[in-house]
Amino acid sequence: MSNPEVVPEDLEVDSAATEEHSEFRAVIRHLLRNRGAVIGLAIIGLFLVAAVFAPVLATHSATDNNLTNRLQPISGENWLGTDELGRDLYSRMLYGGRISLGIGLISVVIGIGIGVPVGSVSGYYGGKLDIITQRFIDIMIAFPGILLAIVIVTVLGVGVENVMIATGVASVPIYARLVRGSVLAAKEQSYVAAARAAGIGDFSIIFRHILPNCLAPIIVQSTFQIATSILWAAGLGFLGLGAQAPTPEWGAILSNGRDYIRTAHHLTTYPGLAILFMVLGFNLVGDGLRDALDPKTR
Amino acid sequence: MYQYIMRRLLLTIPVVIGVSLLVFSLIRLLPGDPARALAGVTATPEYIEQVRERYGLNDPVYVQYGNFMRGLVTGDLGVSTFSRRPVTTEIGERFPRTLTLASLSLLIATVVGVSAGIVSATRRNSIFDNASMFVALVGVAAPVFWMALMLQLLFAVQLRWLPATGMGGISHLVLPSITLGMASAALMARITRSSMLDVLKQDFITTARSKGLAERVVIYKHALKNALIPVVTVLGLQFGILLGGAVLTETVFAWPGVGRLLVDSILRRDYPVVQGTVMLLAFLFVIINLVVDVIYAFLDPRIHYQGQDN
Repeated sequence: MSNPEVVPEDLEVDSAATEEHSEFRAVIRHLLRNRGAVIGLAIIGLFLVAAVFAPVLATHSATDNNLTNRLQPISGENWLGTDELGRDLYSRMLYGGRISLGIGLISVVIGIGIGVPVGSVSGYYGGKLDIITQRFIDIMIAFPGILLAIVIVTVLGVGVENVMIATGVASVPIYARLVRGSVLAAKEQSYVAAARAAGIGDFSIIFRHILPNCLAPIIVQSTFQIATSILWAAGLGFLGLGAQAPTPEWGAILSNGRDYIRTAHHLTTYPGLAILFMVLGFNLVGDGLRDALDPKTR
Repeated sequence: MYQYIMRRLLLTIPVVIGVSLLVFSLIRLLPGDPARALAGVTATPEYIEQVRERYGLNDPVYVQYGNFMRGLVTGDLGVSTFSRRPVTTEIGERFPRTLTLASLSLLIATVVGVSAGIVSATRRNSIFDNASMFVALVGVAAPVFWMALMLQLLFAVQLRWLPATGMGGISHLVLPSITLGMASAALMARITRSSMLDVLKQDFITTARSKGLAERVVIYKHALKNALIPVVTVLGLQFGILLGGAVLTETVFAWPGVGRLLVDSILRRDYPVVQGTVMLLAFLFVIINLVVDVIYAFLDPRIHYQGQDN
């Protein structure tokens, strides 16, 4: 509320509903004034449109081979050239965007779905439960970077669904830590004591009173986590541990294109650029959201 | 301080045991019969039974775990089902190469990242600041394996300055270590910059400046020391992440380290090697985190007061 242009001080005594509403508007206003965040939103919007309308925008089938038209460079017919089986790279990449966005979003849903309840229960109840949960999270965090996702996908087997699960589960400890910290801070607040005195159950206190107040860091983390999951998934695809042929996943396309890098480098260049821009988009929005949701920087 | 370090050390023990339990059970969940894999495709059922007996695969799970832990301590991690050589030998041969690659990458990342961060912070909003922060954004977003391929394409295929893949002289290390270090450099530049900007806002910097100290002294003697505390933490964590990230970089550059060994072993279903490699990388990461925490406690005197409170 420290932005006087958006919410004048004298209006702050409004009802809770209006205050929430103007808080939301303040965040959006702040976000839209951040050049990086606007560019990020535009990039994500573009990828979303491309993914949703992939069947309309595609000029060719994403999976049909055309062996007489292999490894063609960019042309009026094949806007980004063709791959080693004569498939149109542009059309494949449109469908690949669906996969990457899907992996990013679903893995975050999995991460939040497990990490947030675990973190909040652990932080709220404390004691032995907290100690055990924290040690378990320590164990998961002991796997550096992409390694935990690799281990999980090794056990589950390859394929897009398992990549979603692997990247999602690999992000669970991050959410659990984050939410635990927020809940620990929030449970000392007077509104929690008031809710408890009013006889409201623990479950209700955690999910209806505390968590809504801890949303900001979860939203920021999720934006970055989508980016990380997309990178991890592409890495798994590249290693041959992710999406399998003929799925047009960007990392897998890039991996196949490696063999033709000397003669048809478009097969590696463009999928990589697509991953880069998609990740960049989410990172830019994440940076912007972090600033917009932090009352200190507003 | 001593108490804090001891407490931190003791907390590491359950984590190490937990990691070993997790890896041990995950490997046992994998499809396929390890005895059959060890005996080979053409083996008779009798021979497979012999192998099962010899490697203790008929023992109850807790006995197997006990053997596994004993092996971990004595350095016996089993035999590769692919090369039939001891896992310790396989890893021991390759680990120094990964360590070299990761260390060199960390060095590059630190030198490039920290200096870019300092210059960006001291010349805020200059062309250099904007340009380096833009490069940093791209450096974090670019997939490491793609960056590797693009650098290969430019410096090995087009310009022919450097070898594309393999191992040999120092020239073979240039591209892999730059690729691997790039994302870390970008991250460190961003953290150094924001940490430096925070410190430069503080009162003791104003005091130092008002005493008439040269700007150079203010920046490098007063500000930098404080600004580097968060950088040290990230530096340690990055080292672990670089060891993990080596999986991708080593694959692109055909660098025969543990990262590539891990991926190859997963694809070959050579589970004893997978188990050993994952364990090694996780243990290293735990140890690195421990060291980082201890260094952090030395650098930031506020930490050990908290430790004493508990």
